[in-house]
Amino acid sequence: MEKKQSELVTLLKENVRNYMMYIALVAIMVFFQIWSKGSFFKASNISNLFNQAAYVAVLAIGMTLILIIKHIDLSVGFLAGFCGAIAAILMEKMGMNQWLVILAVLVVGLLIGFYQGTVITRVGVPAFVMTLAGQFIFRGMLSLSLAKTGTIVIAQKGYLALCNGFIPDIPHEGGIHIVTMLIGIIAIALVIFSMLKTRRNKQKYGFKVISNTLFIAELVLIAAVILVVAYVLASYKGLPWSSVIVGVVLFIYNYMLNKTRLGRHIYGIGGNAEAAELSGVNVKNVTLFAFCSIGMLAALSGILYSSRLSSATPQAGLGFETDAIASSYIGGTAVSGGVGKVTNAIIGTFVIMSLTNGMNLMSVDISYQYIVKGLFFIIAVAFDVRTRK
Amino acid sequence: MSEDYILEMKNITKEFPGVKALDNVNFKVRRGEIHCLVGENGAGKSTLMKVLSGVWKYGTYTGDIVYDGEIQQFHTIADSEAKGIAIIYQELALFPELSVYENIYFGHEIMNGKQVDWNETIVKAYEMLQKVKLDVDPSIKVKHLNTGRQQLVEIAKALSKNCRLIIFDEPTSSLNEDDSENLLQLMKELREQGITCIMISHKLREVTAIADTITVLRDGTTICSLDAKTDDISEANIIKNMVGRSMENIYPPREKKEFGPVRLEIKNLTVENPETGREILHDVNINVRQGEIVGLQGLMGAGRTESALSIFGNPYKYKVKSGEVIIDGESHWFKSPKEAMNAGIAYVSEDRKGNGLVLIQDIKYNISLANLKELVNGWSLDENKEIVVANQFVKDINIRTPSVEQKVGNLSGGNQQKVQIAKWLFLKPKVLILDEPTRGIDVGAKFEIYSLMNKMVEEGMSIIMISSELPEVLGMSDRLYVMSEGYITGELTAEEATEEKVMKMAINSSSEE
Repeated sequence: MEKKQSELVTLLKENVRNYMMYIALVAIMVFFQIWSKGSFFKASNISNLFNQAAYVAVLAIGMTLILIIKHIDLSVGFLAGFCGAIAAILMEKMGMNQWLVILAVLVVGLLIGFYQGTVITRVGVPAFVMTLAGQFIFRGMLSLSLAKTGTIVIAQKGYLALCNGFIPDIPHEGGIHIVTMLIGIIAIALVIFSMLKTRRNKQKYGFKVISNTLFIAELVLIAAVILVVAYVLASYKGLPWSSVIVGVVLFIYNYMLNKTRLGRHIYGIGGNAEAAELSGVNVKNVTLFAFCSIGMLAALSGILYSSRLSSATPQAGLGFETDAIASSYIGGTAVSGGVGKVTNAIIGTFVIMSLTNGMNLMSVDISYQYIVKGLFFIIAVAFDVRTRK
Repeated sequence: MSEDYILEMKNITKEFPGVKALDNVNFKVRRGEIHCLVGENGAGKSTLMKVLSGVWKYGTYTGDIVYDGEIQQFHTIADSEAKGIAIIYQELALFPELSVYENIYFGHEIMNGKQVDWNETIVKAYEMLQKVKLDVDPSIKVKHLNTGRQQLVEIAKALSKNCRLIIFDEPTSSLNEDDSENLLQLMKELREQGITCIMISHKLREVTAIADTITVLRDGTTICSLDAKTDDISEANIIKNMVGRSMENIYPPREKKEFGPVRLEIKNLTVENPETGREILHDVNINVRQGEIVGLQGLMGAGRTESALSIFGNPYKYKVKSGEVIIDGESHWFKSPKEAMNAGIAYVSEDRKGNGLVLIQDIKYNISLANLKELVNGWSLDENKEIVVANQFVKDINIRTPSVEQKVGNLSGGNQQKVQIAKWLFLKPKVLILDEPTRGIDVGAKFEIYSLMNKMVEEGMSIIMISSELPEVLGMSDRLYVMSEGYITGELTAEEATEEKVMKMAINSSSEE
């Protein structure tokens, strides 16, 4: 018994930085739950939070890659806004098919990322300067593209569903969303299966694993969280499409960073670019890839945001990049590069968006909202820096 | 001689969590002598000097520092500096973008009322430069000076603070032979001026040449203090004390020496530095056979590293005017390190922290980085296999670490070097280029690396060893090339080579230039 406790304590100590984010997130949520007398955790609000967070979440994922390799992208906000405007024009003014439009806009984002990444890696303009210039340029292009029409209202059902709609359910009596619950249960099964497989594999090689008790405790905790979230969503209208999109993007990037050579190369470049180059990594091409990826994710962010607002506006994109950067840093990405996780960046996004959501719920003046977010940002990074070994 | 000690460190004990870095160390330095402090890495030399200079402040260690007859309580480096103690670190602490005079008086500016008196500063800086025999314009930026000269600026800075005890931490480890010689000469002159010098060094030849007293540390304790006048200060005796065993063979013998056909041939390599437009390599021709260790000797700046990097995919984009790499009879020219790696060349960098390793990542990450394709299963990396591979290397080449999940930045220099070598061995190259493989690592680890090199060539690998340490090149190579100013100035077999011959070739042509 005593031995198990000490294992738990060391485990907690070693991972205090990782856990702190979750603790902060829970603390913020509980705080608003109490302050709002129970409105925060209402199913409708949680659903809302997921939809609100989606456009920042995808950017935070892409930004984490960029920050790991010690670059920055300040252009993504208005690039997202601009891409949203292109989508609206193509659909509403030119009558293009909405699904084709989505594809086209993603390609546009990719190409713009390619152009910025090419100038950064081949010409040698620092990313800070290149993307700051990009911020000006895309802001100009955004207002230019909407100059004649002003705000364009979007009416395409499928497009709007991306960030307002929910996954369909099988017809049935009663209030609960069955497919959502099913997905939750399948997710739990998958998590348990993959964790068991990893553990078995490690045991097969004779590596050290955590004790059975702790492992089961970990499984139960994760399963409980998934179950609660699934239940809350299911008791409203089900799983939002936006969460599905973020989930897919997160899965791909998490896999890419942790399980592939490309991911290793990205961490290597952030840790020591010269050593990576001399180990056979093509630093320029990997950097170019990271900018292409964030260009495409910026387009996706613009699509989600315009879908959420049901319109493309000239103000869309203002401050997206700062939210994304803050999310990534709150999620523990190292300011000095080489360290960072996309899963934690998503937690960072939820921290920021919970603050925003909660303060909106309590009708806190927007000026105070910025100040609170700023202070929280400092505290989060200060904690991260102080606990870094 | 009266026993006038400027410094006595008595019964110093310093503990870190789980480790006793210093255990009752006694260290006495006579006024005006050159005192060398030697010991393997991890013996406690640097820790002792950090205690002395106030980096580990008073109270974090036990024991007394008696300096100038008084017990000192240093809380910061500034405290020890105020008493006239200065440390010149291995990695210099200068501001490259500032001028020489700004650097010398940084932190203790010469004031005229509220303003810095720059004219007076320049005059004074010039005086200090005279003292260290550095003939440069004090207003030149430090970044334009080579390492040897930068070090002299550091010494000038120490002198400008009226320091009477100067500690040199591995001062010659990044200097070429000429600059090393100058520095040692300067230390002797400082001694004439009554300044006491403590030198930490791995280079025993320099130690025995210059020291008045040699103190040997091992595992955090003082083993002995040898007086150059009365005691045996032969290298053999010092090494015996350092390692606790006598190392008859610094260079392990090789069991079989069988050379196969020529593996790698570099032909007519002529290379220009694109920034300065100066030719750094002129018509270089080198070859190495299977199972052979070829030494590439020369002074710093002779073009050895440039030769290696030019053929290893030329990552720093030198302008290659002509040249050809022939591997197993096939002609190549590599445009990136990756292409060179695919053809079977590996390059172990001379600067393991700068461009050799990713210090913030762990051992297994670093070992696998250059050969991830070996670990790929479909799209995914097999992380378990990675651990198995890393564990195997840890065992085979004796990397001292609690686990392969240890961050490389936390390892000692010798172990870092082993990780770097393991990374390239995992690639199973045909030709392994080792650039200064034993720089800044202790005697024991050196021996292990030499043994490893022998094992590799016995298994049929070819090794090109670039080294500034003459005894090492002579001791390990089957054949060696000498370079100077970008030219190959000689090729010698192991039997022909002597220190005198090699040195002559390394220096000769530079005097012609």
